[in-house]
Amino acid sequence: MPPPDTPVVPSPTPTPALRLDAGRLPHLLAVLTADGRELIGPVVSGGAIVYGPITGADDLPKGLVDDQAPGRYRLVAGESGTYFDHVATANSWKTFLFPPEQKICDIAHADGALTVTAPPVDAPARAFIGVRACDLRAMGILGKVFDNGDFADPAYAARRRNALIVAVNCGRAGGTCFCTSMGTGPKADGGYDLALTEVPAGGDGAPAYFTLVAGSDAGRRILDRLDLNRATAAEVETAAARVAACADSMGREMIADAAEMLGDNLDSPHWQTVAERCLNCANCTMACPTCFCSTVEDVTDLTGDNAERWRKWDSCFTLDHSYMHGGSLRRSGAARYRQWITHKLAHWHDQFGTSGCTGCGRCITWCPVGIDITEEARAVRDRAAGT
Amino acid sequence: MTATAENRAAAVAPADPMVPRPFRIVRRQRELSDTFTMELTAEDGQPFDFRPGQFNMLYAFGAGVSAISISGEKSSGRLLHTVRAVGTVTDRLQALRKGDVVGLRGPFGRPWPVDRARRRDVLIIAGGIGLAPLRPAIHHVLANRGDYGRVLILYGARTPDDILFPKDLKAWRSRFDVFVDVTVDRAAPGWAGKIGVVPDLIERAAFSAEDATAMVCGPEVMMLFTVRALLRAGMAEEDVYVSMERNMKCAVGFCGHCQFGGRFVCKDGPVFAYTDIAHHMTVREL
Repeated sequence: MPPPDTPVVPSPTPTPALRLDAGRLPHLLAVLTADGRELIGPVVSGGAIVYGPITGADDLPKGLVDDQAPGRYRLVAGESGTYFDHVATANSWKTFLFPPEQKICDIAHADGALTVTAPPVDAPARAFIGVRACDLRAMGILGKVFDNGDFADPAYAARRRNALIVAVNCGRAGGTCFCTSMGTGPKADGGYDLALTEVPAGGDGAPAYFTLVAGSDAGRRILDRLDLNRATAAEVETAAARVAACADSMGREMIADAAEMLGDNLDSPHWQTVAERCLNCANCTMACPTCFCSTVEDVTDLTGDNAERWRKWDSCFTLDHSYMHGGSLRRSGAARYRQWITHKLAHWHDQFGTSGCTGCGRCITWCPVGIDITEEARAVRDRAAGT
Repeated sequence: MTATAENRAAAVAPADPMVPRPFRIVRRQRELSDTFTMELTAEDGQPFDFRPGQFNMLYAFGAGVSAISISGEKSSGRLLHTVRAVGTVTDRLQALRKGDVVGLRGPFGRPWPVDRARRRDVLIIAGGIGLAPLRPAIHHVLANRGDYGRVLILYGARTPDDILFPKDLKAWRSRFDVFVDVTVDRAAPGWAGKIGVVPDLIERAAFSAEDATAMVCGPEVMMLFTVRALLRAGMAEEDVYVSMERNMKCAVGFCGHCQFGGRFVCKDGPVFAYTDIAHHMTVREL
């Protein structure tokens, strides 16, 4: 039986908000580093903001925002000199929790026997800086995928357990964001250790600051070491108003009945219409924070006596994905696009009791031809209604 | 907890379900021109338990993994897999001999409903190599023959030379408490049996449709038409079970390859009640 829809992150009662002057953000990061944690946060790389290793606040893309649209991404100077007014990064946290390539085991063939050696779990202590509400939701979703009630992936669990989450509530909506309509953001409502809301410097010379709450015991212990004052009611209100304005300014939305409607329209003529644009490049599945498909490759050395088994990201847009003796099951691009969107928006509910989509918009931005998941879901519905 | 303590906790994490165990081939038998059976024992000496209809992920060194149903046989404690060589991994498995070692993960998947079928008529219906995943169910039913009503085994192969387990079929047919019927798509000189498709056998079989459980395994199109014949004969969708096949890399729900609509064939199947997947059986390229 499919599980009922359930929340993927607990909703803790956060601590009262403290005020962190923007100039003291380095201090917060230094406290996290002092605990032996590697910092992963937003950095500029290859003309885009990605999550990667950082050494401190100087590495953050202060003052930069991203101009995102279907098939388009540009970095531009922001108006308010903030650290975190960029939106969804080019990569997602799955890169760190579920690495693109991970070794399953070494297998040695000698004297008529096979010796299997699994490597130790690679799960360094890390702090994830700047995790957005949509991506927190994605972590909750991946947590269900890799601990599905029947089987658990110990490496995923260890990496997630060893990551301290510093969330950031969004103060600006990106051009491809639609988290409000997915019910996943822009405010983090649980699953974090610390959550920041950034308020830029005011025109009246008021300095920039963050409000900061803890959502876990680990977060509370860090707050205890920062020696911060309570934020005033006015400061809390200003911060909340910024997040609320972000929610209101989101220009894109997913239709409410996508799950049931797509499941009922597997024979829609629209799949062929999308297929005429889709390049089957798999970008959407690589950028997606919840796409979890993987394949396993065997690599042998020159002697032929040693093999390594590697688990690597895979995509339902490849022909190999559905290969069975004799050929691929999903030969047409229409069938492959249908598999992706119906899995993400409809069948995910049957499997994990939640949508697989968080409204982060990455698949729209990073599609070379600008295919928009919200538009395509709507188009399938409209064509079904029109026939 | 300090970061160091967390790393220590990670080091004693539970076993990765993606890591295979070595098993040795202790017997190998040719079945058909492209099909063979391997008997395996665990190199670590641990006993291997399974339920009829479950499968294992067999690893051929340097080639990769293939999902292979267990073809027997629980009563004697022998772990058998019957493999048809149709690709890189299964070709490599075919080249292995007695004494060689393979990797194995398993058992995986939901079994045939041999308990739910108790006290009812049982129809075991197979096409081609589909008889292999059903053989453990047949063994179970015959080992507990008194628990079941009428037992019917209906089997179809392409030609007389493609009939799998002919000795087993002959032995089952020689029992007075089992009805066995075999048909082939195309006859050959010397074939005195039936010619036709598996669903034709259902029309001539005697069973109590409202009090029977059917277990069906074969090519998807064969299963589809077999189920239709069973429903025409009066059976209910929830009493008909089929075993599905899809590409699998992991068998534990992690790799995403075996999705069939909202189900993972590896862990929600491979055996499904037809009523649970009927709406997807006729969708092309799903």
